[in-house]
Amino acid sequence: MRLLINKIFLSLSVLSALIGLSFLAWILITLFIKGLGSFHFSLFLNDLINGGLRNLLVGQFILAGLASLIGIPLGMAAGIYIQEYGHGRFSSIIRDLSDIMMSAPSIVIGAFVYAVVVIPTGGTSGFAGAIALAIMMIPVVINTTDNMLSLVPRELREAGIALGASKYKVIIDIIIKAAKVGIMTGVLLAFARIIGETAPLLFTSETSNYFTLDLTESFPSLTVSIYDLANEPEESSRDLAWAASFILTVMVLAINLVGRFITRTKK
Amino acid sequence: MPIMNIKKFSFTYPGVEHPSLRNITLPIAQNKITALIGPSGCGKSTLLRAMNRIHDLYPGNKYDGRIELHDLETGKRNNILEIKKENEFIQLRQQVGMIFQKPTPFPMSIFDNVAYGLKIAGLKNKTELAHRVEQALKDSALWKEVHDRLGKSAMGLSGGQQQRLCIARAVAVKPEVLLFDEPTSALDPISTGAIEELLVELKKDISIAIVTHNMQQASRISDYTAFMYLGDLVEYDKTENIFLNPKEKRTEDYITGRFG
Repeated sequence: MRLLINKIFLSLSVLSALIGLSFLAWILITLFIKGLGSFHFSLFLNDLINGGLRNLLVGQFILAGLASLIGIPLGMAAGIYIQEYGHGRFSSIIRDLSDIMMSAPSIVIGAFVYAVVVIPTGGTSGFAGAIALAIMMIPVVINTTDNMLSLVPRELREAGIALGASKYKVIIDIIIKAAKVGIMTGVLLAFARIIGETAPLLFTSETSNYFTLDLTESFPSLTVSIYDLANEPEESSRDLAWAASFILTVMVLAINLVGRFITRTKK
Repeated sequence: MPIMNIKKFSFTYPGVEHPSLRNITLPIAQNKITALIGPSGCGKSTLLRAMNRIHDLYPGNKYDGRIELHDLETGKRNNILEIKKENEFIQLRQQVGMIFQKPTPFPMSIFDNVAYGLKIAGLKNKTELAHRVEQALKDSALWKEVHDRLGKSAMGLSGGQQQRLCIARAVAVKPEVLLFDEPTSALDPISTGAIEELLVELKKDISIAIVTHNMQQASRISDYTAFMYLGDLVEYDKTENIFLNPKEKRTEDYITGRFG
């Protein structure tokens, strides 16, 4: 009887795993077929106005890069604070708030930035988009930094102090170095997460058909353009959306793989 | 003349009503090894950790009494419990170093590990730095094993080598006292033997206090032994007297293995 129950549970869980995996495979295969069909290297050379994706790719990376420039230092500093300096209620409140923010719907963050940045500044802009992405990123970076620092043994901190180092020296020279690989991986995964976001950009940076580096104007975004192109009636626009989705997926996958690779080799 | 003098010292952890150490009076003899023994929870590590105020990493501890440190340069006897300023703490910890139970190599090269305390102390001259690192590694009987890979990460060393590296790191800043908190309990017998030899060698220049669970270790290497029980110092004497001819019943019961 127990053997039978065991077998039933085993097959049920194998079945569930297969169902989950087959959807993933389905998505990837569809993307590959449809995306590769409309993929061409000229996509990297032309802007959207000429039927290419160059401005969108550059724009998406600039948005995510700028968001990282804001989000990583802020998130790391906050993570260091709650793990190393904060004792008691204040730091646990910050930690809880950050956890809640991590699960905040991204469209809500987009709407928030629309209200506090886009409306006061009079229009959508690259800055607004980067701010929205940074807000998405900060709680993830806080969480990783906090967790990775908590894995550093207490004795290592004490050993630094016992040599006469001050607390901030110990944190900068020893603790962060010891947690470096974990933090780097987490930051990379956070970057992979925001580079594929659409909702926070929808009414903040919007997108643009033209190549621009001017962050005070509507800014080209790959994800928002995929959303727009998929809604166009012409077949060619939808093909372009497939190609863009394919490129985006490959990029996100690659970043994730690099993150995993770092963790595995440096551990 | 003892290098450290603990006088009527009591210590209370934050949030606890009763003190974990009560009225301890104990000298740490200069250029000798003093062993602190006793069953788990007797307060021996707490006492050791008070001797360079490492407790102060965590707020809310309460100290009473005095712990005097004989400053060999100025000849003064300073009460380390009165220290409040950051730079005084730094000075104290350079005078009174500490080695922990688990080896704690920093995630950097072997050279940088040993040089770390020296750099903190403000030593910048490269030749002088290299010289002091070499000397510290020789003093810790590690030089032969690592001299050709000083630039490699310290994490690649074996447990016993890592512990000797930590000793080298502490020795490099030329402390007056070194505190060892069960330094061999995570090591194999051969590494343990190497560290014990090293301690006996080191006491020519440095005064040593060591917490150990291993009574053979205490009897092998220490000159003086203090037996502690439930936060009290029960007996302090020359090691041979403690082990061969203890005055207190509780000491005798513990070292003959009747409890603990």
